[in-house]
Amino acid sequence: MEALKKEKQPHVSIQKTMSGAQAVVQSLIKEGVDLIFGYPGGAIMPVYDALYDVEDELKHILVRHEQGATHAAQGYARASGKVGVCIATSGPGATNLITGIADAQIDSTPMVCITGQVASGLLGTDAFQETDVIGISMPVTKWNYQVTRAEEIPDALAKAFYIARSGKPGPVLVDITKDAQFGNLTFNYNPFKGMRSYVPRPRLDILKVKAAAALINNAKRPLVLFGQGIILSEAESEFKTFIEKAELPSAWTIMGLSALDTDHYLNVGMLGMHGNYAPNKLTNECDVLIAIGMRFDDRITGDLSRYATQAKVIHLEIDPAEVDKNVKTDVAILGDAKESLLALTECIEPNQHKAWLDEFRKLEFEEYEGVIKEELNPSVDELSMGEVIRSINDQTAGDAIVVTDVGQHQMVTCRYAQFKNSTKSMITSGGLGTMGFCLPAAIGAKMAKPQKQVIAIIGDGGFQMTLQELGTIFQTKIPVKIVVLNNEFLGMVRQWQELFFEKRYASTTMVNPDFQQIVAGYGIETKKVTERKALNDAVGKMLTHEGAFFLEVRVAKENNVFPMVPTGASVSEIRLK
Amino acid sequence: MKKRYTISVFTEDMVGLLNRVTIVFTRRKINIESIAASDSEVQNIHRYTIVINETEDLVKKVTLQLEKQVEVIKAVYHLDEEIIYQEIALFKVPTNILMQGGEAEHIVRSHHARVLSVESEFTVIEKTGHKEETQHLFDELAPFGILEFVRSGRVAITKPMRTLTSIVNELENTYK
Repeated sequence: MEALKKEKQPHVSIQKTMSGAQAVVQSLIKEGVDLIFGYPGGAIMPVYDALYDVEDELKHILVRHEQGATHAAQGYARASGKVGVCIATSGPGATNLITGIADAQIDSTPMVCITGQVASGLLGTDAFQETDVIGISMPVTKWNYQVTRAEEIPDALAKAFYIARSGKPGPVLVDITKDAQFGNLTFNYNPFKGMRSYVPRPRLDILKVKAAAALINNAKRPLVLFGQGIILSEAESEFKTFIEKAELPSAWTIMGLSALDTDHYLNVGMLGMHGNYAPNKLTNECDVLIAIGMRFDDRITGDLSRYATQAKVIHLEIDPAEVDKNVKTDVAILGDAKESLLALTECIEPNQHKAWLDEFRKLEFEEYEGVIKEELNPSVDELSMGEVIRSINDQTAGDAIVVTDVGQHQMVTCRYAQFKNSTKSMITSGGLGTMGFCLPAAIGAKMAKPQKQVIAIIGDGGFQMTLQELGTIFQTKIPVKIVVLNNEFLGMVRQWQELFFEKRYASTTMVNPDFQQIVAGYGIETKKVTERKALNDAVGKMLTHEGAFFLEVRVAKENNVFPMVPTGASVSEIRLK
Repeated sequence: MKKRYTISVFTEDMVGLLNRVTIVFTRRKINIESIAASDSEVQNIHRYTIVINETEDLVKKVTLQLEKQVEVIKAVYHLDEEIIYQEIALFKVPTNILMQGGEAEHIVRSHHARVLSVESEFTVIEKTGHKEETQHLFDELAPFGILEFVRSGRVAITKPMRTLTSIVNELENTYK
């Protein structure tokens, strides 16, 4: 194997002697990285010094907290499809990355984190700012590695990028001791080609594809569930061809949102706890369930013992460990979603399911009458979160990257935001539910897609978890649009307290400062809306404003997000109120 | 139904990998009954032999999550009847109990245990066998006084004839 590696290289780089720190920077450039997010400190200073020389090629964004660096890198990765990179020092710098790494792990976001570490001679001695970040990050990284010698750096980073972006993507962490950064090496960069212990793309089994096609061809009431796998494998058009060929109603997880136009006639809406009425109800009435690039999270399935037990289940999935993990499948097609969908589409017959689609339409009408109408056009004076999203939809025509935080506003945004020809445009913390995700993620997303409108929608709770990143916006002048839906409550927890804890509102009321003043201090244009008649104009002003903009909307304090599948209930027990 | 399963994990040689492997169990709060790490017949491939008491459904999921780790080459699980397995136990006993002639010596003999070392104060006895067998010897020697006892993790050889080399060859062809 070693012999093979050395035999032939696709591009022979000119060998050059340099420091480990310079090798870090040159390796990033070789991987095509032009933007990284980070925060300096003692143990990573040599790398920062090397960055100083390559500012034109490799831009560094100084965040205000290392957690912000990870979320910004995630936002960048999710909007661009490329690997997000962040960098931090040892000790607290490294531990501050952990939340974002865990978020990237559960949401399969490709990310490379580089941390400085104390000199190798000090490892294990409780040195100043020493922490065992390899040990700490092990459960939440796809891979991690500690470099203690300068000459290891190019290969370690090449492997890190390969692992982060291939197969089911995820975060990796490379910890580099200070002496390795100072040490010298002959730089020779060889992109990583693969390893025997890691099969990123399982080989497609055509027999499984045919078995799945047979089930789909005989289905009277098929239902497709799609997740982020479509987006990660860039299979949006293959997916659309697939569902259109056999007229398959398709519902999404919030990680899959924006992969299919929200107004597509086969898009039957959002799955899960606060998803749409029809797909949840009909999950328990379909005869064939076709899950694509999703992992049956408990927020999607509700009570597993009463989840689609009547249906034959087909699962298209890249990660063998996800198959049968939560829901038992009848046919599993392992592989990349794009490749699997191309093969499957060829094997299925054109079909129509008009009567079945009509069942969705009936339930959609019930949900519209029972929930949506009032949410989007409230009959009361107080503003709803939904009408703010509607106003944004009206003025962006579904062509914007929408980033959310976590909580009620997240569910409302996912439910009502519209997307048209705009994939990779819903950036949200799905699996981990990380409050504070939004603001830094929006910064990263805007840097990935500067030509796109990027709108951050945040609650008043989550905003205050990472609002220091306003400083990053101020310094970089990155024109993100920030919408804070302020209900002066930790709304989702309050909703649960109302419904399941006898309205005992323990620690969910927020006594908030004057956000207008705070944001104005960062030199960002602000606007506050408390009345309906001012909403559309304010949204319009925000969208047309050239720089960053902060729009605070005072919304009803005690609105609830419905429909809802209560914890422990079956998806078909979804409540409209 | 919970049963005793032996999981063999074949890995690349890398610092910290054992930690990654055990995390897969600890995060589900699965108790590892025994664990042994060693070389395998293929150079640079290590194997861990891990024994747990769980349902097959869970063992299957855990095995897939083990294989998901980047540097894990292969993970397989077996019931006791599908493997040949062995453990080793060492007993430190006072030498004088063996010198009194009679029962303790008879016990050691009847268990086909080996005397590894005789010092004036203590003797070290080795017994290789299944846990039940080493435990049986322990129970019988206990009344005489055991100064120290240790039992190794299980090591196991699988009965199916698929060789590690053929698995590795196949994997090496996949990515090349």
